[in-house]
Amino acid sequence: MAPVAPRSGDAIFANIERVNAELFTLTYGAIVRQLLTDLEEVEEVNKQLEQMGYNIGIRLIDEFLAKSNVSRCVDFRETADVIAKLVCSISDALSISLSGLEQQCNVVGFKMFLGVTASVSNWDAEGTCCSIILEDNPLVDFVELPDTCQGLYYCNMLSGVIRGALEMVSMKTEVTWIRDVLRGDDVKLLKQVPEEYPYKDDECFMLKKIKISKHLFKDT
Amino acid sequence: MIGVGKIKQYTNVLDKPLTKGKQEVSLSAFAFLFSELVQYNQTQVDNIGELERRLEDAGYAVGARVLELLCHRDKGNRRETRLLGILSFVHSTVWKVLFGKVADSLEKGTEHEDEYMISEKELLVNRFISIPKDMGTFNCGAFVAGIVRGVLDGAGFPAVVTAHFVPVEGQQRPRTTILIKFAEEVLHREARLG
Repeated sequence: MAPVAPRSGDAIFANIERVNAELFTLTYGAIVRQLLTDLEEVEEVNKQLEQMGYNIGIRLIDEFLAKSNVSRCVDFRETADVIAKLVCSISDALSISLSGLEQQCNVVGFKMFLGVTASVSNWDAEGTCCSIILEDNPLVDFVELPDTCQGLYYCNMLSGVIRGALEMVSMKTEVTWIRDVLRGDDVKLLKQVPEEYPYKDDECFMLKKIKISKHLFKDT
Repeated sequence: MIGVGKIKQYTNVLDKPLTKGKQEVSLSAFAFLFSELVQYNQTQVDNIGELERRLEDAGYAVGARVLELLCHRDKGNRRETRLLGILSFVHSTVWKVLFGKVADSLEKGTEHEDEYMISEKELLVNRFISIPKDMGTFNCGAFVAGIVRGVLDGAGFPAVVTAHFVPVEGQQRPRTTILIKFAEEVLHREARLG
């Protein structure tokens, strides 16, 4: 059976049920407000937002994999791509010449869930670290950070989502915010995803195993 | 040389142009977010009444903002001042913007003068939620009740708004009814206005 081609983020987004982005934005704002009232410490709120995002991410990855037909990502670059597709839509063309599939992945995810485009860039030499750029982020419509909350990463839930989703596919990552429009930087939001591979060796080993057994079958 | 176009940066969020309200996110993204909201609140409270109150408070904030946004964008800065006007605003405009369709029905309560009910076969927020038996009559529609209360309060119609499940014959899942009970002063004002 021929493998199903991965669907583009736009195609998936057109087929799933959608809700008004403003309801989403306002609900997210209500959550952040509740957290600020309860916890009062900005650092605590950041952590809690990340944790909530993590909880979402570990469940979201199932839906994403089911709906987008992306094949297994061979390495981290592919994954980063899938994620950007996962969360947002991309604005700039990817300048990295790695397998287009991975880069596609990041783009697919963001488009599929938030309806926005994201791009992946700034790969470091080893291919373990990259930045995801969100052109426009539905979470921050109508939002302004007051002076008392300047340390707040308002969109920290997104980093948690990415971390949770990646962990379910055996990749331990760390997601941080580099630049944030709400904090006064003039550029679009950026994220950097350095990554460690605690399980990568096992993964590779498994892949190799499968290849070997296929070969044996052919002989017999 | 033609100047390169630069994206205009807005330092003040109030200077940014308002979105048209046509942008959408996936239903699952919202469902995940709402489930996190409920789960977080569950850890913060001891009983169901508190949980409903917290969800309502969250909704209240949303409602207050929705009122301002819609009045400015869709109604040309005019706000309803009559009871029936504001109720149909909630029932049609607010529901259409937030949930993509008008509410199923708007009824006047038969027993009391100050009660009105908005019914919905399946609230969007309740779609992926099942209530365990030991939580009794808890309804996550309290969030939507909060939204309605926020809209009404902001418009000058103080009310007590609650969400209830109403079992319907022939349907597996019960219908949800948002019960709105207006404060005394609203009725007096309405009577005075004739």
